[in-house]
Parts: sequence; structure tokens; C-alpha cells
Amino acid sequence: MQGAIETSETILNSSVDPAATKEVAHHEGHPDLRVWGLLTFLASESLMFGGFFASYLIYRGGAANWPPEGTEVELLVPAINTFILVSSSFVIHLGDTAIKKNNLNGMRLWYAVTALMGATFLGGQVYEYLTLGYGLTTNIFSNCFYLMTGFHGLHVFVGLLLILGVLWRSRRSGHYSATKHVGIEMAEIYWHFVDIIWIILFTLLYILTMF
Amino acid sequence: MTKQLVRKFSYKRLILTDEKRFMAQAQLPLNTPPGMSGDSAKEHPKAWKWYDYFTFNIDHKVIGIQYLVTAFFFYLIGGLMAMAMRAELLTPDSDFLDPTLYNAFLTNHGTFMIFLWIVPAAIGGFGNFLVPLMVGARDMAFPKLNAIAFWLNPPAGAILLASFFFGGSQTGWTAYPPLSLITNNIGQSMWILSIVLVGTSSILGSVNFVITILFMRVPSMQLTQVPLFCWAMLATSVLALFSTPVLAAGLVLLLFDINFGTSFFKPDAGGNVIIYQHLFWFYSHPAVYLMILPIFGIMSEIIPVHAKKPIFGYKAIAYSSLAICFVGLFVWVHHMFTSGTPPWMRMFFTISTLIVAVPTGVKIFGWVATLWGGKIRYTTAMLFAIGLLSMFVIGGISGVTLGTAPFDLHVHDTYYVVGHFHYVLFGGSVFGIYAGIYHWFPKMTGRMLNETWGKVHFILTFIGTHLTFLPMHELGLQGMPRRVAMYDPQFISLNQICTFGSILLGISVIPFFFNALWSWMYGEKASDNPWDGLSLEWTTSSPPLIENWEVLPVVTHGPYDYGMNGRSATTDKAPSESVS
Ligand code: HEM
Ligand SMILES: [Cu+2]
Repeated sequence: MQGAIETSETILNSSVDPAATKEVAHHEGHPDLRVWGLLTFLASESLMFGGFFASYLIYRGGAANWPPEGTEVELLVPAINTFILVSSSFVIHLGDTAIKKNNLNGMRLWYAVTALMGATFLGGQVYEYLTLGYGLTTNIFSNCFYLMTGFHGLHVFVGLLLILGVLWRSRRSGHYSATKHVGIEMAEIYWHFVDIIWIILFTLLYILTMF
Repeated sequence: MTKQLVRKFSYKRLILTDEKRFMAQAQLPLNTPPGMSGDSAKEHPKAWKWYDYFTFNIDHKVIGIQYLVTAFFFYLIGGLMAMAMRAELLTPDSDFLDPTLYNAFLTNHGTFMIFLWIVPAAIGGFGNFLVPLMVGARDMAFPKLNAIAFWLNPPAGAILLASFFFGGSQTGWTAYPPLSLITNNIGQSMWILSIVLVGTSSILGSVNFVITILFMRVPSMQLTQVPLFCWAMLATSVLALFSTPVLAAGLVLLLFDINFGTSFFKPDAGGNVIIYQHLFWFYSHPAVYLMILPIFGIMSEIIPVHAKKPIFGYKAIAYSSLAICFVGLFVWVHHMFTSGTPPWMRMFFTISTLIVAVPTGVKIFGWVATLWGGKIRYTTAMLFAIGLLSMFVIGGISGVTLGTAPFDLHVHDTYYVVGHFHYVLFGGSVFGIYAGIYHWFPKMTGRMLNETWGKVHFILTFIGTHLTFLPMHELGLQGMPRRVAMYDPQFISLNQICTFGSILLGISVIPFFFNALWSWMYGEKASDNPWDGLSLEWTTSSPPLIENWEVLPVVTHGPYDYGMNGRSATTDKAPSESVS
């Protein structure tokens, strides 16, 4: 077993085990496959949201009033939330740019700010849940509303964990550098994904309900 | 060229110490086993111990075998449920199984067979074992992820079995609401959980396959030299990536309806049951291709090797997999012709269904043309492959009849459908898995399966399949509904034939099971290349070394280049006699 891992380090260009990346030079031959793996996974994951979105649109198309009467959609908090989440995508990119210039502390700063913004978003979401005039089971709109925002919130949470993971690992000097930062890149990609999903969600759940 | 390889991979240790040998290797015919370099051979163990197969192991070959053995275990369970159902159907009355239990067996039979036998065996088992070997990689792109994907399967099966303590799910494998909302909530929730686990496993596995096939080929392998099995696995994985999450979405909604008071599928509260059907079949029609595309790949490997002829139409077969993958995403409504679908939809999906049969036909013609004039060796693997060909044509044609909306309105939900999908699933997928096992068992275990018992197995299975499933078409045309424990006495004689056939099928597993067990321990030792195959998995030892090769092989010819120039004469010799 040990032997196997050891050889694959040299052979498989480090896509085996994060710990194994230490010894081998990075970015040799072909791009690190983990980024491709993540992109493939996210393409698949987006289809799950696709299923929710399609169902939502069918419910919407079949209903006489949308949202049904008595379900008032609150706009202020989600609009602020949207602003925070969308800007955080730019902030996290600053972190990525920083590490590419070998500026570890810059990366840590921007990633910490992103984490803070993500946490604020989640806080805003919880606040909205607590103050809204309808619950999960009120009607078909609220079913969709809570399910879709809830699932998205779960993804934000996972993204937050990834970012915190990056910060945690970055405390060891030499773990990340200008040539070695796949983990950082992956956290960023995931964060952008979460952001894009939110923009669609916001359009469907908030903007389209105003017409 | 060699220089470029060395630079691109920078296998510093292996290549630099072995550089001379490596270059010499390039001149050798492909099926010469690569030499061992003295020091690295001692460095790590060459084979796994039996107990390694019970651990969280990240070697793709161990994972492949773990998938196959686990899936076979679940196959036996699903098979026992089927036998119990057939026993119940021996008589029109409900006298053997309680109807609720019958429904639970019906559901779990289908679920075990699809999600825990065919999908994990064909994709997880053969895919993991073969893809890295065939493309000349030392492992999959993400070995740990691969192991995680496997280990989601045993708990999924355990949950399904445990659900019987709560009465089990009773809705059929389709779990349509409102039925799934009003019968046995606990059993249904456990069923959903189990499917979500195998679905996750399938997605993680697919990511691995796509990346491995696209990026991890040995540099000397051109895209036109990739074995057709890998093309099939690529198409399968892409299909799984696109369709599985949609099923997950549907099942999450169902779970919420059952347990948390939402009303996505409750029409009285603004919900819509048809949406579930769309989400379900958006996955589950592609799922039938998940179950058959890898098998098509296995066919394309076995037929040229045992007929000693180049495959007919390599590109046509490769691209038809991609065509099936693409068109297969747009035919799902043919399962919903009777769900109040509007006429334009019926029209559209009838046409797309008829179109999707075309690339399948391309493959069938390719195989038949490969057989034509070949030096056919009637090994068990080949018998199963030819058996598959004949059965699948029947299933494919009944599929086309079903895809035609006016006919389907008549036979939907009758035994005709049951006959159709068992011809494609049993006569297709299961035959293909058997063929694959007879073909690659020597590579997996280092020992040959006994051919005589293999042939007994084949004959019993072949006759049993026809006896069990052919009469079902007639039953369906006469109007016998599917998913019932009791039926009208007029159907009795055909049902008895089916039950008799199912007993034969049950018996047919016995010679296979003991053959595999015995051969694994005591069978004749297999050479590195017992069938004289040309793809890369035959260039390493049987069973392969832990890292597959000491020195990566260099591809000098395509995987099916029998009798073509560019290949050394040694590989053209007559088939080794030890085989038959
Ligand atoms: C030539 C290609 C095929 C065509 C045109 C086709 C068409 C159809 C149609 C129209 C139905 C719906 C019947 C109904 O419910 O009324 C059906 C059912 C089914 N088919 Fe196929 N099929 C094809 C190949 C396959 C393959 C390759 C498999 C699996 C390996 C498969 C597995 C199934 C299954 C499992 C069902 C039953 C689903 C249920 O429980 O309702 N089919 N097929
Ligand atoms: Cu279908």
C-alpha cells in the first residue's frame, strides 16, 4: 500500500493524494487534473439545480397567481445578500491573483474576507427564514422557495468550509505558493459556482415574482 | 518521439534508470511482457493479499473486483426475490406471498438488479478494472474518490435489505407518486436514501472515468487507438453525469413530500405528479443506456479477439456511443405516453425514440460484420457474446414497437413491457457481464475459468432466458397487467412456462458460482495473454502488478489490428490450444 502510493506520486502527477503533491514539481506535462475533475463534477451538480428550476417553472406556469395570494416576497434582505455574494466572487478572485504572485498573506486576507461575506450571506438567509410570513409547507411556492434556497444555502456552507480549509492549510508555510495552489483554485471555482446558482435563483424566486 | 515522452512524463526514477530498456521496449511487439527492472521489482509487493480486498483500498483493480463481487452478491439477493415472485405467479391466486410482500419484492428486485447489480458491475466493476489498463495508466485519476464511490454501495444495499423490517418500499422501482406518498413511508424513505447513495457513487465514479479517459492515456496512444470499451465508458459517464442529478432532484422533492409536509406531488395542494415522472424518466431512460453502453463496449472487445478479426467500423462504433449518449437524453417521454401527454409530445418522442435505435443498429451490424468470415473460437465468452447479440436484437425490436405511441398505448403496463426490458436487461446486460467475466477472469485472478462448466452455464442461461421472458410478450398482448400478484386464470399456462424458465435460470447460476469460486482458488494458471488480445491490459502479467506495469507499454498498433501490417508476426499465430 505504502509502496503503491509512493510510486504513484512520481507517476500520476500528484492527483492521487494532496499530501503527495509535496514532493513532485507541479504543473508539469498536463494541467492538474483535480481542477478538471471539479469542473466535471460541478457540471453534473448544476443539473440537479436544473431539475429544481425546471420543476419550479412548471409549477409557476400552471398556477393562476404566482406567488399565490398571501405570500409576500420580501426584497430588501435578499437584495443586500445578493450584492454581498456577487461581490465576494470578486474578492475571492483577488485572493487567487495574490497567490499567483506568491503573496501568501494577501491570499489569506482576501479569503478571510470572502469567508466573512459568505457567513454574512448565510446569516441574512437565516434572518429571512425567521422573519418571513410563510413556512415550508404554506403553499407550493413556499415549498419551492425553502427547498431551493435551502439547498443553495447548503452549497454556500460547503463553499465556506472549503475556504476555511484553505485558510487552515495555509498556516503551514510552503503549503501554497505561486506554482502550487490547486486547492485555492478549487475553492474559488466552487465559490463562483455557488454564486452563479444564486443569481439564477434570485432571478427566478424574486425578480420573476414581481411580474 | 521517445525523447518527448521522457520529458512529458518525467518519470525520473523509472525512465532514467530504465531508459535503455524503455527504448528497446518500443521496438518489441506489444504482447511481450515488459521486463522487470531488478531494483524496483523488489521495492513494492507485486500482488494484493486476499484481505486487502476487504479494506478501503485505492487500487483501481481492487476496487473493480470489489464492485463485481459485491454486485454479484446483490444479484443473488435480487434473483431470490424474483424466484419467489415467479413461484407466486405459478397459480392465479395469491397463495405463496402476501400481496404487500409481493409488491415489496417486486420493488426491491428491480432496484437491486438495476442499481446494485448491473450498474455497479458493468460500470464500477469492468470500468474500474479495465479503463486504466486499457489506456496505459497506472490508476484512475482520483483513486481515493474512486474508493469512496465504491464504499457507498454496500450501505445502500444494506439499507434496502433493512427496509424489509419496516415492510419495504412497495411502489415498483419507479416510485411514482401518489402511490409512493401513501404506502409505507418509512420503507419508501429508506429506498430513496439508498438510491441517493448509489447515485452519488455513480456521479463520483463518472467524474473519474471522464478525466481518466481524456487525460491519462499513455502518450503513445492516439485517440483512434483507444479501445472501444473506453469510448463506451466515456459516453456512459457523460450520460450518468447529466442524468443522475436530475433523478436526485426528483427524489429529494419526493422525500420532502413524504416526510416534511410539502406538496410538490400532491395535486390537491397545487402539486403535480407528472413532474415527478419527467424528473424520474429524464434519468431512467438514460439509465437503460448506462446499463447497456458498457456492455456494448465489452462486446466490442470480446468479438474481435475471439473472432481474430479487426473490428468492423471502429469509428462508427465509437461515435455511435456518443450519438446514443446525446439522443438518449431526449427520448424519456416514451415512458409517459399514457400519462396524458399532449399529442405533439407523443409525436416528438416517438420520432426521437426511433432515431435512438439507429446508432444501436450500427453497432449490431458492426459486430455481425466482424464475425463474418472470422476465425471464431466458441469460447464461453464468445458464446455469451453471440447469445447477447441474438437476444438484444429481439429486445431492441420490441423496444422500437413500444416507442411507437399508438402501439404503446395498448400494451403499456402489461407483461409485454416486462418481456421487452428483460430481453435487453437480462439478454443484454447480464449476458454481457457474464461474457466479460469469462473473458477477463484470467486477467483479474491469474487463473482460467473452467470452459466445460462455462458452457453448461451458458446453455442453461440461454434456454432459461427465452423460456422465462418470451411468453411474457404474448401474455402482455393478451392483456395481462404487470406488477400483480394475482391474475385471471386464462393466463395460467403461459405463466407456468415463465415460472419453469425462472427455475432454470436459478439453477444456471449454480455452475457459474462454483466454477468461479473453484477456479479462483485452484483453476489452471493463466498466461499473460490467454486469448491473444491486442489491447494493453494483455501486456501486463495476470493478475497485473500493483502499478500495472514496471515500464509503461508503448502503443505500436491499434487494439484490433489482427493480421494488419505494423504488427509482429508472433501475435498472428493460431489461438493457444490450452483455451478450448
Ligand atoms: C432499441 C432501443 C430501445 C427502445 C426503442 C426502447 C423503448 C422502450 C419503451 C418505449 C419503453 C416503455 C414501455 C412502456 O412502459 O409502455 C421501454 C421500457 C423499458 N425499457 Fe426499453 N427500449 C430500448 C432499449 C432498452 C435497453 C437497452 C434497456 C436496458 C438495458 C431497456 C430497458 C427498459 C426498461 C427497464 C423498461 C421498463 C421501464 C418500466 O419499468 O416501466 N430498454 N423501452
Ligand atoms: Cu426508455
